[in-house]
Amino acid sequence: MRILLLAEHDNKKLQMSTYHLLTAAQQLKGEIDVFVIGHQCGVVVQEAQKLPAIQKVLAADALDYAHQLAENSAELIASLAKDYQYIMAASSTTGKNTVPRVAALLDAALVSDIVKILSPDTFERYIYAGNALTTVSIKEPIKVLTIRPIAFAAAKAGNVMAPVETISQIVSNQLAEFVRQELTKSTRPELSAAKIIVSGGRGFKNAENFKLLEKLADRLGAAIGASRAAVDAGFAPNDYQVGQTGKVVAPDLYIAIGISGAIQHLAGMKDSKVIVAINNDPDAPIFSVADYGLVADLFSVLTEIEQIFKDKECN
Amino acid sequence: MNKGMIKILVTVKRVVDYAVPIRVKDDQSGVDTAHVKMSMNPFDEIAVEEAIRLKEQGIASEVVAVSIGLPVCQETLRTALAMGADRAILIETDLDIQPLAAAKIFKAIALQESPQLIILGKQAIDTDHNQTGQMLAGLLHWPQGTFASKVIVEKNTVQVTREIEGGLETLRLQLPAVITTDLRLNKPRYLSLPMIMQAKQKPLQIMSASSLQLDIQPRIKTLKVTAPQKKRAGIKVSSATELLEKLKNEAQVWQ
Repeated sequence: MRILLLAEHDNKKLQMSTYHLLTAAQQLKGEIDVFVIGHQCGVVVQEAQKLPAIQKVLAADALDYAHQLAENSAELIASLAKDYQYIMAASSTTGKNTVPRVAALLDAALVSDIVKILSPDTFERYIYAGNALTTVSIKEPIKVLTIRPIAFAAAKAGNVMAPVETISQIVSNQLAEFVRQELTKSTRPELSAAKIIVSGGRGFKNAENFKLLEKLADRLGAAIGASRAAVDAGFAPNDYQVGQTGKVVAPDLYIAIGISGAIQHLAGMKDSKVIVAINNDPDAPIFSVADYGLVADLFSVLTEIEQIFKDKECN
Repeated sequence: MNKGMIKILVTVKRVVDYAVPIRVKDDQSGVDTAHVKMSMNPFDEIAVEEAIRLKEQGIASEVVAVSIGLPVCQETLRTALAMGADRAILIETDLDIQPLAAAKIFKAIALQESPQLIILGKQAIDTDHNQTGQMLAGLLHWPQGTFASKVIVEKNTVQVTREIEGGLETLRLQLPAVITTDLRLNKPRYLSLPMIMQAKQKPLQIMSASSLQLDIQPRIKTLKVTAPQKKRAGIKVSSATELLEKLKNEAQVWQ
């Protein structure tokens, strides 16, 4: 049984999600090849070679693949698919963009955003914004799967370097061209990889107040998240959104401040190990998933916490 | 600019209303949808709104809404017509239509209708697959602009700004193209009574899915559906000091 695993990267670095994805792939007990598609991505290929217990790394390095656009990536992946029984990717925005297109080219059903592998053809995934968990099976000759990275532990890089096979086939993209990318600049940890997340909602009332969250995040070495309401109101950029249609996170500690806890938000964070909710409304649904709830005005709580940290520094 | 030249297909799905609490059936066969308020999938509402705005701007000449499912899906199509779509097509079936099957059906309709743009919601809030648009683009060999937060139609191309991890990406797609909508592409309009009344006069064509002669049998078998495990009840703390003390000594999440 052979598995083709799609590496997640930005031509400079292999993303953590790939390490999580590898753990999921290992549970299928097959031979794993890791596929790196990109441009001038030699560093990524080297990182991928150190992934533990893989057969080899396939490298398609060409200008045509610089932005990993779905049109030609999908065609390239599909052209190699006949040698594999599984094609797996992370359910990131890249995986979700490309992999369904691959599945369609192969006339294969796709099981997306898997959170548990029960057997080689049986999987668990959430539906209805995490309000129901479903067990599904597929009999497709080539099983195309996307995996929710945080549902699987990260594999650790080893010392053995797997061999590299160069894929020289060039599939050009006549259909779409890259125009530009605007990434949110941040020195804080990445939302999907952070151990601690502080997340803010409408309770902050305005964008200026939302900045108070930055201070706390920096104290804790945390990433910043936001509810849909906060993003819609312009307090935070779109990619901060945690929830059914935003990012799904599961850090060690999730601190929800001024977030009421719509089901769509809970879907994105309720698997966090420890959840703290700070809200002045005692009936806010967020308290139903919180390990520690504090019914209080968020501004006075933030001031109080800041004071505690300051006192500590003085001692 | 392709003024008044392009034809747009939008797809709409009937789902349990986003505000309705979900109840899993006792026999674990699925989610209870009987006697539950149903609505148009919110992402599809955004798709319809975007298409109509393009028509109002004189960029699109016609907006055709398509749905797949039981006869009752006509209601969802009437909503699309009330919002401003010109006509509607229901592909009638009682099968469980999964993303690949939906993509095949939409492809067949696209070949009949020859639109320059197909706009779909990025995912349906019931099954949360996020597949159909990408599959449709793959089957048609058209470019795709998924998770769109901005759409600008140009001469023979469309610029799509996409929500990706860490920010935004803008692509230029050759027409015809497939676009899937993200949350912040637009804010769908509210329906007024005159709009709803007017929609009753608009054409709604019904055809059976079997007449398309496609392999649309479900491939993904659902073995069971359960309610996710409830988290144990948490505790309330009375101050920030107590909270930090608990996080340190009880939860041990930081030093």
